[in-house]
Amino acid sequence: MRRLSWFNTVSLTLGFAFLYIPMLILIIYSFNAGKLVTVWSGFSTKWYGELFQNEAFLDAAWVTVKVAVMSSTLATILGTMAAYVMVRGGKFYGRTLFSGMIYAPLVMPEVITGLSLLLLFISIGLDRGTTTIVLAHTTFSMCYVSVVVSSRLVTFDRSLEEAALDLGCAPFDAFRLVTLPIIAPAVISGWLLAFTLSLDDLVIASFTSGPSSTTLPIKIFSAVRLGVSPEINALSTIMIGIVAIGVITTSLMSKRAITRRQRDEQDAI
Amino acid sequence: MRRFGLISVPYLWLLALFLVPFLIVLKIALSDYTLAIPPYTPTLDLSQGWSGVTDWWAGLDMENFWFLASDDLYWKAYLSSLKIALISTLLTLMVGYPIAYGMARAPDEWRPTLMMLVILPFWTSFLIRVYAWKAILSNEGLLNQLLMYIGIIQEPLVILNTNLAVYIGIVYTYLPFMVLPIYAALDRLDASLLEAAEDLGCSRLSAFWLITMPLSKQGIIAGSFLVFIPAMGEFVIPALLGGSKTLMIGKVLWEEFFSNRDWPVASAVAVILLLLLIIPIVLFQRNEEKHREASR
Repeated sequence: MRRLSWFNTVSLTLGFAFLYIPMLILIIYSFNAGKLVTVWSGFSTKWYGELFQNEAFLDAAWVTVKVAVMSSTLATILGTMAAYVMVRGGKFYGRTLFSGMIYAPLVMPEVITGLSLLLLFISIGLDRGTTTIVLAHTTFSMCYVSVVVSSRLVTFDRSLEEAALDLGCAPFDAFRLVTLPIIAPAVISGWLLAFTLSLDDLVIASFTSGPSSTTLPIKIFSAVRLGVSPEINALSTIMIGIVAIGVITTSLMSKRAITRRQRDEQDAI
Repeated sequence: MRRFGLISVPYLWLLALFLVPFLIVLKIALSDYTLAIPPYTPTLDLSQGWSGVTDWWAGLDMENFWFLASDDLYWKAYLSSLKIALISTLLTLMVGYPIAYGMARAPDEWRPTLMMLVILPFWTSFLIRVYAWKAILSNEGLLNQLLMYIGIIQEPLVILNTNLAVYIGIVYTYLPFMVLPIYAALDRLDASLLEAAEDLGCSRLSAFWLITMPLSKQGIIAGSFLVFIPAMGEFVIPALLGGSKTLMIGKVLWEEFFSNRDWPVASAVAVILLLLLIIPIVLFQRNEEKHREASR
């Protein structure tokens, strides 16, 4: 049944054209010499130069990366724990509430999450700044991590863990030496997902940031609200480039890891 | 003991930073607006013990909710968000299904690449992907330039700052959320069922309607929820692509909070939005749990 009809070919071509042409246009026009984003007036890289002289953007980029590293690391730890509890925890008091709190943030409108966290921080008297953004980002991205990790844990052969325990491994050592290496690819992709979610977030960061901790999306949003700017196109191109390189490298690496594992398994037999 | 620690850390984190904040939103939605910092007077005073609770109950006037009900701006915003979310979910399904279907029928060696091509936009900034359409859809934008060059239109079409631009924005940004669950469902589909149907004289089109569609239902449901629920409260897309006439509740909440600084009304708007979304969110969770149990 693996043959593409003309209909499949057309829908795949149009679908991917729809997904990629807007980004290609954005990238092409970041090299436009003119100020107008819609009229081509020759090749130039001057917007990149201006971008790197813009202190406000560089500061915001630094805050954003700091927040993303901290929140994605925390989210990975908490999310992996949550996934382990969901898949291996068995029955415990309040399990339904727990699974509800894991899935709800995935679809919760950001305006609600942002507003509610801000009101929490104000009512406990926590000053808005980097810390509050990290707490907010950790909370919603740990749910994504736990979904990614639990989908790996579900397909994982439990007898390996049990064998380790039977052979006298302490529970934590069994987790560290057996479970963790096997679910590692899922944990890493969970971290990457949490990292990009944090880099990307505008709404929750707007609610929970203070005046001294403006993140890059907040800066971009205020710059593009009124119109298009070639500097933002240059910035977007850099961000798209980083993501593309990252995603392609990790997918090639995981592909290599899979073939290596398959070969090892072959050799073992 | 160790198990208790493992459960309680993420549990307490989510209770403190997910559930408790909602209770605070509810409390502030029932408070009164004042010109101060923070700009509300709490009506519930727990430090007074039980008498604080009874006073609060006696003085509970639901003022902010009455205000929302009396001002038809909010009604219109809720209805128009509902309309925009429904139409764009349907459009995303119509665009996404053929893509997922094509992916499921593509040769095995293409699939990882096709998967990556669908996921890649999801990793790139949401804000940037929405912004990309501004240069395309504006009056002197590339779409109008192209259409006028071909000669289909003489006058530029006004697309940017209308609801149409919002639909395009939602379909574009949420497309991976629709394609991936449908693809996952189609991928599990047993091809021999279709062969059997064809052998028994079923045409390809009716085999599609009678077998492929019903068996991919799970994916369609999951994808539709993943698009509909966040689209209901969407802020970035209407703010960047929509016009002043585009009413969406996420934008109204944002403006109540940041421009009018009326926190109690913003909280009341959030409470109603959550009440509207609670049914789809619960249905979505049921669907996910059922799916997880089944795949175990």
